[in-house]
Amino acid sequence: MITRAKSPRVIPGFGLSMGITLGFLGVIVLIPLASIVLTSSGLGIKGFFKVITGRRILAGIRVSFLCTFIAALINAVFGMTLAWVLVRYKFPFKRFVDGLIELPFALPTAVAGISLTAVYSSRSFIGMFFERVGINIAYTRIGITIALVFITIPFVVRTIQPVLEKLDPQYEEAAAILGAGRARIFFQIVFPEILPALLTGFGLAFARGLGEYGSVVFIAGNRPFQTEIAPLLIMNKLQQYDYQGATAIALVMLVASFGILLLINTVQIYYGKFIKG
Amino acid sequence: MKYLELRNINKSFGEYKASDDASLGIEKGRLIGLLGPSGSGKTTILRMIAGLETPDSGDIIIDGRRVNDVDASKRGIGFVFQNYALFRYMTVFENIAFGLKVQHVKRDAIKKRVGELISLVGLDGLDRRYPHQLSGGQRQRVAFARALAPNPHLLLLDEPFAAIDAKVRQELRKWLRKMIESLQITSIFVTHDQEEAVEVADEIVVINAGRIEQSGSPVEIYKQPATPFVARFIGRSDVIDNAGLLKGFEAAKDFSQAVIRPEFIRVEKSGHLEKYVRSIEEGTVEEVSFRGDCLELKVRVGDALLTANRPLEKDELRAGDRVSVLIRRIYVFDGDAARILENENMKNQAVYI
Amino acid sequence: MALKNEDGSITRALLITASLLFLFIMLILPLCIVLYIALRSGWETYKNTVTDFYTLKALQLTLSSTLVAVVVNTLFGLFAAWAITKFSFRGKKFLTTMIDVPFAISPVIAGLIFILTFGRIGWAHEWLDSYNINIVFAVPGIILAVIFVTFPFVARELIPVLNAQGSDEEEAAALMGANGFVIFFRVTLPNIKWALLYGVILCTARAMGEFGAVSVLSGHLRGKTNTLPLHVEILYNEYKYSQAFAVSSILVIMAVIILIARNIVEYKGKKELGL
Repeated sequence: MITRAKSPRVIPGFGLSMGITLGFLGVIVLIPLASIVLTSSGLGIKGFFKVITGRRILAGIRVSFLCTFIAALINAVFGMTLAWVLVRYKFPFKRFVDGLIELPFALPTAVAGISLTAVYSSRSFIGMFFERVGINIAYTRIGITIALVFITIPFVVRTIQPVLEKLDPQYEEAAAILGAGRARIFFQIVFPEILPALLTGFGLAFARGLGEYGSVVFIAGNRPFQTEIAPLLIMNKLQQYDYQGATAIALVMLVASFGILLLINTVQIYYGKFIKG
Repeated sequence: MKYLELRNINKSFGEYKASDDASLGIEKGRLIGLLGPSGSGKTTILRMIAGLETPDSGDIIIDGRRVNDVDASKRGIGFVFQNYALFRYMTVFENIAFGLKVQHVKRDAIKKRVGELISLVGLDGLDRRYPHQLSGGQRQRVAFARALAPNPHLLLLDEPFAAIDAKVRQELRKWLRKMIESLQITSIFVTHDQEEAVEVADEIVVINAGRIEQSGSPVEIYKQPATPFVARFIGRSDVIDNAGLLKGFEAAKDFSQAVIRPEFIRVEKSGHLEKYVRSIEEGTVEEVSFRGDCLELKVRVGDALLTANRPLEKDELRAGDRVSVLIRRIYVFDGDAARILENENMKNQAVYI
Repeated sequence: MALKNEDGSITRALLITASLLFLFIMLILPLCIVLYIALRSGWETYKNTVTDFYTLKALQLTLSSTLVAVVVNTLFGLFAAWAITKFSFRGKKFLTTMIDVPFAISPVIAGLIFILTFGRIGWAHEWLDSYNINIVFAVPGIILAVIFVTFPFVARELIPVLNAQGSDEEEAAALMGANGFVIFFRVTLPNIKWALLYGVILCTARAMGEFGAVSVLSGHLRGKTNTLPLHVEILYNEYKYSQAFAVSSILVIMAVIILIARNIVEYKGKKELGL
């Protein structure tokens, strides 16, 4: 991995900085991560499939993917709207609202979990309102989805915002002069420009939501086959000291996360070429 | 003896060959311009002399000592970066003092030296300013002073005027030339602008595709281009095929291409150049444009479209006029070498212009 | 821009209203309810919970593990960013991706990998045991977990800034004979200070709130391996809602402080870039 430096003698510190970087990376990330491979190899392919095709496990994985997907979708819509509103419009307390977007990031997930549960449980004002309409939020998949929406709000907004800020208004002006309506301008001129950022934000939100634990466990109710999420299944297996079972589920989730990241990279490379070409 | 010598320098960045067996010698106290188009490898040569890059092979010799393995900071050079690389968070004074400070020069001595340099480059009173509070020209002066502070024996400047707008550039060129002349410091600067090279340098080194094409005084480079590249790159030139068909240049038929410069051509109204009847070509004016001090004509002669200059005080020519064209000399290329051919018929006539 | 005026005021009003409503329901309301429930049972209960021995112990552990994680990751981030931006070497892309890996991993899995490495069944267990070192269900495990989940934060903020600034200033300083320390502290650090601070703030936010990974590794020993978020969970599961929300309010206050700091740093950094 280490070959010659850009300027071998001019800027000092290559050996030192590289050594520390690889050392930390190895001890904190790579070696522990290798343990997963080590443990799952002890399980064998047959054992692995036996664990992950268990009905309860499959149901949990399904719930995780479904709720995360819907949450990311909701955030795609609201994230785009928020980014648009924050970049293009002026209104009172805009800076405050802009700063608020990062709240889910700064607020500990456990706190988010219990407060969302309090807001949406049938004992609260909002929860009661929805209950009367016939919708239960807390302790259902809707609750899980809401927790995931909360936790992934910043991703889409913060990936689209800089792209919108840099977008040259000349394109829109040109389209307007040519007689395009506002809807057409947005969908044909603006939307294609922010699409790569939207997909990236969606992917990041999805990857984050898939692994989320703290905010979800409180509002989920954790009923088997109904509202159990995959990270909780890992937790359960660990509490039963079933390390190999936990590792098998973890492996599935890891593959999914890396798959998403790979997809994001591909999207960016594809669009990067598009823009340069 | 040469002060700086490059011997058979090679340097590649992956596929890209930045230096291709480049050899060069520079005498003490000269001001050298490395001239070439962008991507020709001129900056890489400068950076290798400085020690910011290492050659793949070949020797770099400064003052009789091979410095390939000498630390950049111990080569006794000053370097002015293209964008000056002034330290953003230091004042003008601190920037210039930096090199002395790291050498643990005494504080009084630093103060004295920096003060001298600030006066020398004409920035008195600005010593407490930060780089972002200076104009482009002032920044360049700071970069220059900073490079000079530790008393280098060799000053290297990477595109020193590239980041400055055209108006100030003219003035700064003269200033830099005067400065370097009075300091008697061997200096090398990189540029892609031939006008700049001609105006500032004692000696020009033309570089193309990692190879050194020619080095010599601006006049030499201009009058006796050694290679096809130099002939085309320097000055205003038209490349023509079939030069052997031109009157007086029958010898050129062995060469595939030739270069003609505006100053090799005289254009008059048809019938006004009868004494050179054996040498002149007939042509048509296609375009006339005003160039400030002269008119530039585009004249069609056979297949070739030639550029010629015509003094303003002469009779006006218009597009479509028939003209007589006298070509005095051309450059032809023999492999990698360029040769000058004079008009044979004019020599025989022994008529001087 | 001419278009802005044309933009229908109805569309505009609608979009702004939708955005604000969304943020109100999703963000403000949960925040308010924390404070409401925390104070519902009266100021006395609130004060008693917040100054309770176990709460203070948990706060102490949260603060110290956050501090360690921030220090470790700042050091790592600086060295990694230096190696990656100032030199060229093969495998740079791969290295950068590897640093980002903890982002993509569920906190629960982060906890799991340390159990698999250092726990009773872990391959490093025996060796550590012979030195009497306990990691899992002990403070070192919590600290490791927090370091892991916040691993990329500082490096990620620094790398783009250093890349954008190039290495000219460092080269100029090195040419004049400055050593690594002088170059770093006099030339590089002033240029990246806002990005560094920004990374530290993000790292702090995530470190103090980490729940999943810490939950796996802690063992929930009150007064020993309990962090504030875990303390919230325990109180909540014991149906002590007021207390749970009272402890949460401490975390909310810390989060708000971090948020404000983040905005100030971002604003200052942008202002300086504008020079």
